[in-house]
Amino acid sequence: MSAVGLSPAVAEFALRMGDNCLILGHRNSEWCGHAPALEEDIALANTALDLIGQTQLWLGLACEAEGKGRRPDEIAFLRDVSGYRNLLLVEQPNGDFGRTLMRQYLFDAWHLPLLKALMGSADKRIAEIAEKASKEVAYHLERSADLVVRLGDGTAESHTRMQAAVDFLWPYTGEMFLADALDEELVAAGLAPEPGSLKAAWQEHVTRTFAEATLKAPEKSFAQKGGRRGVHSEHLGYILAEMQFLQRAYPGASW
Amino acid sequence: MYAQMVKTEAKRVRSLDEMEPQERAFQERIDAGQKIEPKEWMPEDYRKTLIRQISQHAHSEIVGQLPEGNWITRAPTLERKAILLAKVQDEAGHGLYLYCAAETLGISRDQMYEQLHSGKAKYSSIFNYPTLSWADIGAIGWLVDGAAIMNQVPLQRCSYGPYARAMVRICKEESFHQRQGFDIMTVLSKGTPEQKAMAQDALDRWWWPSLMMFGPSDDASVHSAQSMAWKIKQNSNDELRQKFVDQTVPQAKYLGLTVPDPALKWNEAKGGHDFGEPDWTEFFAVISGEGPCNHERLEARRKAWNDGAWFRDGLTAHASKQAARRQAARIAAE
Repeated sequence: MSAVGLSPAVAEFALRMGDNCLILGHRNSEWCGHAPALEEDIALANTALDLIGQTQLWLGLACEAEGKGRRPDEIAFLRDVSGYRNLLLVEQPNGDFGRTLMRQYLFDAWHLPLLKALMGSADKRIAEIAEKASKEVAYHLERSADLVVRLGDGTAESHTRMQAAVDFLWPYTGEMFLADALDEELVAAGLAPEPGSLKAAWQEHVTRTFAEATLKAPEKSFAQKGGRRGVHSEHLGYILAEMQFLQRAYPGASW
Repeated sequence: MYAQMVKTEAKRVRSLDEMEPQERAFQERIDAGQKIEPKEWMPEDYRKTLIRQISQHAHSEIVGQLPEGNWITRAPTLERKAILLAKVQDEAGHGLYLYCAAETLGISRDQMYEQLHSGKAKYSSIFNYPTLSWADIGAIGWLVDGAAIMNQVPLQRCSYGPYARAMVRICKEESFHQRQGFDIMTVLSKGTPEQKAMAQDALDRWWWPSLMMFGPSDDASVHSAQSMAWKIKQNSNDELRQKFVDQTVPQAKYLGLTVPDPALKWNEAKGGHDFGEPDWTEFFAVISGEGPCNHERLEARRKAWNDGAWFRDGLTAHASKQAARRQAARIAAE
């Protein structure tokens, strides 16, 4: 298998990356006009926009590596739930603004080290996307970590809400570090890091941030999983029903 | 745009000879085309009128996120989704510049929010109309941003410096949004029969509300006359509306769409279009809170504000804790 060119493994990996960005970007965009402060509306729209931009790059790569002549919009708007490869974490409902921020933080703290590792991928296209995305994601992480600290160590109410957000989201974090047969293939070809190898950096960041935020990570380590092989929570179907409505209702139209 | 029917306290516009020396000097500077800056003396009514106008404008940007935000999660392609997100983000940014400009006149953002949430301050009537199809996102960019630009370009020469400078930045972005809206309309108009029908339906619903964005015919109104004397306003509502119709009708023709006005006709003698009267009863109902979405829009803004109180309090509490910690560290170090 050549590192650049058609590759089912690269296609599948790019779908996983792109779907995470697409679904999290979608969730964040649900806040537009409803955030607790004007500055947050701007920051969240900005984050969502970055993630949608990254989606375009990853899904573009997925189409290219797949070599079937499909376009990114086709795979974004015409795949059903079982074809989606995102983590369960990113499809979780927004909840209050605290839960939205915590979801973003737990994801960013994983996303950045992953992208940094991907900058050394044997596939040049993966490395290039990772480099561009890592600049944006470094900003996402700085912002989400900062807000987790401020709100965790803010008022009693903001602390309680942030702790509730951690408790709710924690079971969805384990999936980020689980490897399957595709990961083994990617690691062997030098295309992507072993998912488990990202755990230490993530853990270290979370431990440091939570200490400053006076928050506690739950001791239970049970992981909800399935997103990466298309077995999702009940939430994704609703996201897709909304997101794909126009493409489904007017098949074949250009927009 | 987005500031309609801004009241001044004036009963009539006074001549220079009727003014006290300080006010006369102020008016003479305005007449000479000089900018007024925040720390300078200004008549109380000038200050109040500007606060009303700039805050109304800022509120419009903020409330205006809602009808467009309504379609972000349903945008038909990744690129359209990205463009719409960028646009809504720009609008929030415009709101921020404008609140800052208003704050230079001695009112706080929280006070302005309070006026919005209580219904005391207005925002543009246009945002009380619903976005029912994807074509509405195109129509808003094309017509609503088009009308806004018509109104805002002269505001770049407004006598109050901070407002004029905010407008320079805002106008650049608005022109970009307008082109994107027109692009959506172009694609739909050249698309399938269903898409073309969608575009026509959007034009039918947004045409009259867009004309109403210029406010009622008020050449005779003392408010407008005073705002024009102060160079807060540079053109009459009817002048701008005429300009908008003359610019927009050929664009509709280019799209192959019909403007929903049987009275619309080119008038060779005046070199412009004759057109029908908007339904002013509807206009006054909408600006007094009885439009199709007034309740939803205000409720959404109040809910965002109230639900977000814990967030803002949390940040404030953290900032005080940090300040106290720094203070304690300083004392310990001494």
